[in-house]
Amino acid sequence: MTPVLAGGGPVIPNFGKATGCIANDNSFFCTTWIREHWTDTLQPALIQHIWLTAIAVGIGFGIAFLCALAAHRFGWLAPPINAFTAFLYTVPSIALFQVLVPITGITVTTIEIGLVGYTLLVLFGNTLAGLRSVPPDVIEAARGMGLTRFQVLRRVELPLALPAIAAGIRIAVVTTISLATVAAYITPYGLGKPIFDGLQINYHTEYVISGLLAIALALVADGLLVLGQRALTPWRRAARA
Amino acid sequence: MIVAATLDRHTLPDAFRFLWDDRSFVGQKILEHVGLSAVSVGIAVALALPLGVWLGHVHRGSFIAINGSNILRALPSLAVISIFLPSLGIGHAVVAIALIVLAAPLILTNAYVAVDGVDPDVVEAARGMGLTPFQVVTRVEFPLALPLIFAGIRTAAVYVVATATLAGVVGGGTLGDIVFNQATYFLYGVVGAALVVSALAFAAYFLFALLERLLSPRGLRHAGAELREEEPPVVYEAAAL
Repeated sequence: MTPVLAGGGPVIPNFGKATGCIANDNSFFCTTWIREHWTDTLQPALIQHIWLTAIAVGIGFGIAFLCALAAHRFGWLAPPINAFTAFLYTVPSIALFQVLVPITGITVTTIEIGLVGYTLLVLFGNTLAGLRSVPPDVIEAARGMGLTRFQVLRRVELPLALPAIAAGIRIAVVTTISLATVAAYITPYGLGKPIFDGLQINYHTEYVISGLLAIALALVADGLLVLGQRALTPWRRAARA
Repeated sequence: MIVAATLDRHTLPDAFRFLWDDRSFVGQKILEHVGLSAVSVGIAVALALPLGVWLGHVHRGSFIAINGSNILRALPSLAVISIFLPSLGIGHAVVAIALIVLAAPLILTNAYVAVDGVDPDVVEAARGMGLTPFQVVTRVEFPLALPLIFAGIRTAAVYVVATATLAGVVGGGTLGDIVFNQATYFLYGVVGAALVVSALAFAAYFLFALLERLLSPRGLRHAGAELREEEPPVVYEAAAL
């Protein structure tokens, strides 16, 4: 075996490109660093984070919605599905990710599997609760007007369940945004990556701005979902006024 | 550091062997975990419970109690940790802040909704019997609201126990030290510590369920629902870990 470093000459560490800030100076919050790393670090991380969340909630909602429809039609399905989603929810995520790594690798798939698993409890629970909260009289009336079972579902039950479904999506989105930051510990992706990178080299500016971006993303997403919820259920505002 | 160790039939027995063989170390981590969680839930209760009960009593501030809580609840725990880290430094304090931010909104919302929803006729009758406003709160509204208040504290405690694991990222001790350090404790150590976190979360759930039974007025244990105006909302909260 030949020694690797002996003949290799001096190792020149790569400090990256020069910045307006003194490297790793923690005495002040360096806005220059943020400007210089917006396009190569922060913006990609933010976009990745949005995609991580959108895909997880999208897939999670697809699964939970079909399960809720099935459980609404066949009532005996509800307890086992509920127990299973509750079980998934109680598994500590960071351990679940580590168990998944040997199977799916250090990939986005690994963290998406975990994130989807954690959305199911609230999405399934809220969708089913919404469907079940529809008063029987209303369904009776719709049936009496000659609507088929599918029409009742599509035109009566689902619209009336919409507020509960939207509330579930809202909780699932903010939960996923939060979990996805932690998931970067496993697969360096999304806003958790600059947070963990900054913690690793103890550079305040990097992890503080990344944390602020994650908070801003969560608040903006929450606000947009509230507006969307209002736009989709105009009759609720009319009833209140 | 993630090591791609495969989960196999030895992992679970090895996990239990790790927990038993290193019981004094694991025990110390459990004590740190429980201590940090208990202090955080205690502070959250001290801050949120009086505010929630008071706002519910005067039937005002639903915007703060519900929307303000929703905003706090949306904040990702790791992001909260990262923005407070420069000022508080590594250790327990910064994690406690994130855990209080996680727990307080749930306790506040439930306390507000519970007290606000106490049957006005009951409050009227209590006033008619000559109770002072303070007595109305302590002898009528608070006892009637107890089940829902406890539901909020219970949920908060479960999520705080699960999320206290994040302390492992910023040197705050707890079982997170093991869960976030596969390179040292191997996959079986991670799985073992994660099982302990789950068990602690369940223990917190049952502890508060038991406390609720012991502290609720006897009359409420059977016919409680009729004394409240509306059913408590289903509250699911973000488990960050």
